[in-house]
Amino acid sequence: MACFLVPGTEAIAVTAIALIMRHSEKKKAELGAAKSSVADENEKQNKGFSHKLFWLADLLWGGVVLLAFEHLWHGEISPVFPFLTAARAGADAMSEVLHEMATVGVTMAAAVTAVWVVMVLVSNAIEKRGAAENGAILETAKDRADK
Amino acid sequence: MTLLVTAFAAVTATAVWYFRDRDNKFKTRWLCFMYWGASIMWTVDSIFEFAGDPNGYEHASSVFTPSGADMLNDLFLGLSVVALALVIWVVILLVSDPEKRFRKR
Repeated sequence: MACFLVPGTEAIAVTAIALIMRHSEKKKAELGAAKSSVADENEKQNKGFSHKLFWLADLLWGGVVLLAFEHLWHGEISPVFPFLTAARAGADAMSEVLHEMATVGVTMAAAVTAVWVVMVLVSNAIEKRGAAENGAILETAKDRADK
Repeated sequence: MTLLVTAFAAVTATAVWYFRDRDNKFKTRWLCFMYWGASIMWTVDSIFEFAGDPNGYEHASSVFTPSGADMLNDLFLGLSVVALALVIWVVILLVSDPEKRFRKR
């Protein structure tokens, strides 16, 4: 009925946080010349996280848009006020909508977030492995150069 | 059926992104996320629909063997969802214009 509103709200919040984070990263990048190597490393990690936060926003927005279309198809929402068909049907229908939002909607948002957390963990592991492999290659090259 | 069509679209979009557009030049990442996001949400919706039905497993048989009319309606919906996501992707692609077709040379 209106379950997609919960992930929709999460999408707005996540997008706002990601945009703020990206803005602060740009500011930090402008001051890049004056940074120490430790600060650079922190910035790299932060940039990676902001990029990954947009993955969650994209997942949520994509799902919300397509689910809204499905609800429109089934006549559960309408393009005119009050938008929710159940809102015209009375208080019982609205309480059913709220119950669905609290159960299905919250679970949808949690499931998408859980999938994103797994994606981030896997991505971090791959990045670490890549960095370790690069380090090993550099060390081997250095050893050969020393010989 | 809608979930199935969207899941196939998600897998196809991911394969296209992986083999042809890993640097996301043609914005296929958007398409992947749209389809995967919708697939996850419809999976949750289906689980609730299945678990919340008072007929329990009796209803399950009708979920997995829908009538022809229901299947056709869901197939149309699934294809419409795929088409809508493709239209959104084309708009994003044209606005970002990675091949610079709409810019002055």
